[in-house]
Amino acid sequence: MLIVYAILALGLVGLLFGLGLAVAAKVFYVETDPRVDAVKEAVPGANCGACGYAGCVKFAEAVVSGEAEPGDCIPGGEETVAEIARILGKEVSMSASPIATVFCIGDNYRAADNFIYHGVQDCAVAENFNGGHKTCTYGCLGLGNCVRVCPFDAIRMGTHGLPVVDEEKCTGCGLCVTECPRDIIKLLPAGQQGHLVLCTSQDRGKTVSKACEVGCIACKACVKACPQEAIEMDGKLAVIDLEKCDDCGICAEKCPPDTIYQRGSIPTEADAEAAAAEKEKEEATA
Amino acid sequence: METLLSIIFIYIFVDNFVLHRFFGICPFLGVSRKMETAVGMSMAVIFVMTMATMVTWLLNSFVLVRYGLEYLQIVTFILVIASLVQLVETVLRKISPTLYQGLGIFLPLITTNCAVFAVTLLAVRMEFSFVEAIVFAVAASVGFSLALVIMAGIRERMEMAKIPDVLEGSAVTLITAGILSIAFLGFQGMLSL
Repeated sequence: MLIVYAILALGLVGLLFGLGLAVAAKVFYVETDPRVDAVKEAVPGANCGACGYAGCVKFAEAVVSGEAEPGDCIPGGEETVAEIARILGKEVSMSASPIATVFCIGDNYRAADNFIYHGVQDCAVAENFNGGHKTCTYGCLGLGNCVRVCPFDAIRMGTHGLPVVDEEKCTGCGLCVTECPRDIIKLLPAGQQGHLVLCTSQDRGKTVSKACEVGCIACKACVKACPQEAIEMDGKLAVIDLEKCDDCGICAEKCPPDTIYQRGSIPTEADAEAAAAEKEKEEATA
Repeated sequence: METLLSIIFIYIFVDNFVLHRFFGICPFLGVSRKMETAVGMSMAVIFVMTMATMVTWLLNSFVLVRYGLEYLQIVTFILVIASLVQLVETVLRKISPTLYQGLGIFLPLITTNCAVFAVTLLAVRMEFSFVEAIVFAVAASVGFSLALVIMAGIRERMEMAKIPDVLEGSAVTLITAGILSIAFLGFQGMLSL
């Protein structure tokens, strides 16, 4: 008898709650646009925030309501944008996804340090501590804020103390650009060829050459050499206009500190180590 | 009045649910990484614990005790908590989308939270009156929130600190939780019911 009561009581309570929930689900039903879910499925779902919305769900809602454009999802790339446009029956307006590029090649071997930094391993903190441990006040501090902020695992810290961007994985979301306290990382259109001045220093030539072997010393050799007149001085820094650059490479040959490189052959950690080894050898023979 | 005040003090500090009774350790370690989520979770727990205790207390006194079915307490209370959380989620989504956004992800987590279950069960076992039970639930959940917020504050600072490799992650979190628990041992014996 006891068992029957127990079963009855529990069964009734369960039934009551079940019915209550069913009624509540009907009464408090919230209509959601099925397109929002469809868009949510289509986007990468990394919640990177590159679109300017707080997460992919918010972006999906904004796209469906017409507030945002499908092309605003930069990490999604062409496929995702086409898919969102298909769901909404919209025209595709594609903005080519750019790629993050680190504008500093002053690695551990070639850029001097003012002091050894043992504090919190964070670029922004190091930057505020006596102006950073690097002698160059424009160069990469190498503590990897960009590495940590990247939601796509596209940046890693190389052994030479500079971040290395994996161009396959980089979606051009731009989080590293805003994260870098020294504004060293810039977004460049993918697939475009040309040469780059891999330095952001606005210091005078003398100051630069003391701090870094490969910094732009504002000698203007490249500006004079460029047959396309694609290089201009922005203060104490040479800047190459990628629209005009025809990739002839004369500037790279003329550059005394070797600051200019072709896109796609930006020095890697292996190059940096090889250069360091060579320099050591030269010093040994001298 | 005096009993209510001592219940509040006891269950926030002396008999803290997380640090002394070791209930709800899972959310305590899980969502204490950031202050923002810790506060969100705390709010959700305060809300659900109070609601659940009210419903289970009434159900226990007017159904289970009356028909001599006290041995069904555990299973019924689990049922109540689970459906209550579901109900709250559905209702909240309709009437207050902002609050739903804020508590959203934490509500389902609470369904399986042992701290909530412990509050409902203890409220009955301690033979509290209805008002006492509600005050007890609020105090216990505030105690839980206190522990969670303290932990989140410490962990946010630890993010910036240099921690030896072997201790990184869960290890240092557990050690911190232990030290925090020892610190709360200082309240022991200050007050009892």
